[in-house]
Amino acid sequence: MSDAPPIEARGLVKRYGELTAVDRVELTVERGDVFGYLGPNGAGKTTSLRMMLGLIAPTEGRVRLFGLDPHEVGARALDGVAGFVEGPRFYPYLSGRKNLRLLADLDGGVAASRIEEVLDVVELRDRGKDRVGGYSHGMRQRLGIAASLLREPRLLLLDEPTTGLDPAGMRDMRELVKRLSADGITILLSSHILAEVEELCNRVAIIRRGSIIYEGTLGELLQSGGGDYRLRTTDQERARAVLLAHGVQGADLVDGELRFRADAAEVEAISIALGRAGVGISALVPHTATLEELFLGMTEQAA
Amino acid sequence: MTRVYKWEVLKLLAQKRTYLGLGASMAVPLVFVIVLTIQKGGPNDIPLGRYIRQTGLATPFVVLFFMSIWAFPLITALVAGDIVAAESHNGTLKTILTRSRDRGEIFAGKVAAAFTYTVLAVFAMGVVGLVAASVAWGLHPLTSLSGSAVSTGHGIWLLFLTLLVYSWPMAGIAAFGLMLSTITRNSAASVVGTLMWALLMQLLGVLPGTEPIRPYLLGEQFQAWHGFLRTPADWVPVVRALWVCALYVAIPLFAGYLVFLRRDVAGE
Repeated sequence: MSDAPPIEARGLVKRYGELTAVDRVELTVERGDVFGYLGPNGAGKTTSLRMMLGLIAPTEGRVRLFGLDPHEVGARALDGVAGFVEGPRFYPYLSGRKNLRLLADLDGGVAASRIEEVLDVVELRDRGKDRVGGYSHGMRQRLGIAASLLREPRLLLLDEPTTGLDPAGMRDMRELVKRLSADGITILLSSHILAEVEELCNRVAIIRRGSIIYEGTLGELLQSGGGDYRLRTTDQERARAVLLAHGVQGADLVDGELRFRADAAEVEAISIALGRAGVGISALVPHTATLEELFLGMTEQAA
Repeated sequence: MTRVYKWEVLKLLAQKRTYLGLGASMAVPLVFVIVLTIQKGGPNDIPLGRYIRQTGLATPFVVLFFMSIWAFPLITALVAGDIVAAESHNGTLKTILTRSRDRGEIFAGKVAAAFTYTVLAVFAMGVVGLVAASVAWGLHPLTSLSGSAVSTGHGIWLLFLTLLVYSWPMAGIAAFGLMLSTITRNSAASVVGTLMWALLMQLLGVLPGTEPIRPYLLGEQFQAWHGFLRTPADWVPVVRALWVCALYVAIPLFAGYLVFLRRDVAGE
């Protein structure tokens, strides 16, 4: 088995005429990652995934899956790789089970029991004989996962797998992703649902207008949003003067509370100074930015 | 490639348009026989037309002439023009292209399935025409285009060879449909475009001034089977049909293959 990372994109570019959909994307997904690929709609997530799966050719750069470039070696690069882009698509006039048989045959064939097994995993065994044309959106999403699992993948690429699902369907899908990750499957999850990414992913990349603006662990990203404090006092004007006297920059009064950024030692000194100045502290609360705040901050700031 | 082909055929078998096409190719000779049993007269100006009521063997040959104008091209285009475009439109192309098969294999499977359907449509017409006409007028020796008698058994063998040779220009139409289907990604445009192209070939064949190129037009190859029904057999049109049609098959298929191999498969 190759030691190469599951996904390695270098200088990946996709242009459609004047439009640059993906711009010099550098990305490494390591084994065991549940990697969140975040970005607003139209940021280039799906285009990147299409290039990873060999569906579209990069204008420049390359992407390797376990060391193999699908644009150089074709379907061989997809050994051990599964997933779907823009939602899974099936033949509506064939049953769910027949669709899986078709895909299994294209992969070289699997035992009939394996098809039943994956239908069981996604809880579709009872509906396996029904035509996919009659399936709900959620059932098709689950069938998409089943089709991916047939390949016994080491890497799963999922493009917004919970989009269009009801809350119960979203919960089930997340549980499924957790189970698959626990089984050792590396997962790249493209999403703009931040709570989902926060719940599932250990590493993330944020893409905006085709370019990666952050890549790292989710922990580091969330930590970068620490060090903010919210302060309520008996006299906010005097408190603000104390903060400024302690060299705190940008102590803004928002919604009746002072918002400022400082390290722990500075906060200790400030609270003592406030007491000495006769300013009563009602609340001094550390505030860690949510992923949503960080994401919006990054993507809107870049705009 | 065998597995891809198997599933392409199974997909065709699960679609209504396949049955519509096959049903039409069986219905035409049936209607033809029914009409001729009700009416007097017949297609006397068509090769073998004057012998239509002498033996059931004549009917499939006569119907072949009528169906070559637009019915068979349409029946072929229904599937060949749809086989790639529909998958592109429904998004299933990306589903199968992310499995363990190279694009070339997928394309080859589709070509083989479209050709299978085309040959099946031609033979379905032949068999239904033969059976229906034999029921109506009996199965007797056939009079060849040279006026000599052809025994029933030999006549059936010649019919088999005729259907086989007739399938070859049909494959040329199917290849063109496949190319359009791949390039346009639009099922309706591919079906209509293929039919228009087949009609254009027929039209070129009757326009004055086109005599030098006529032997190399696709429409002309639908008459190649006449060579089998001459005494002795005239192999010149048959051999010409084989190589001329090979070009009509190979060129669009190669163009379609290149597009299929290199195209971006994005959302439609």
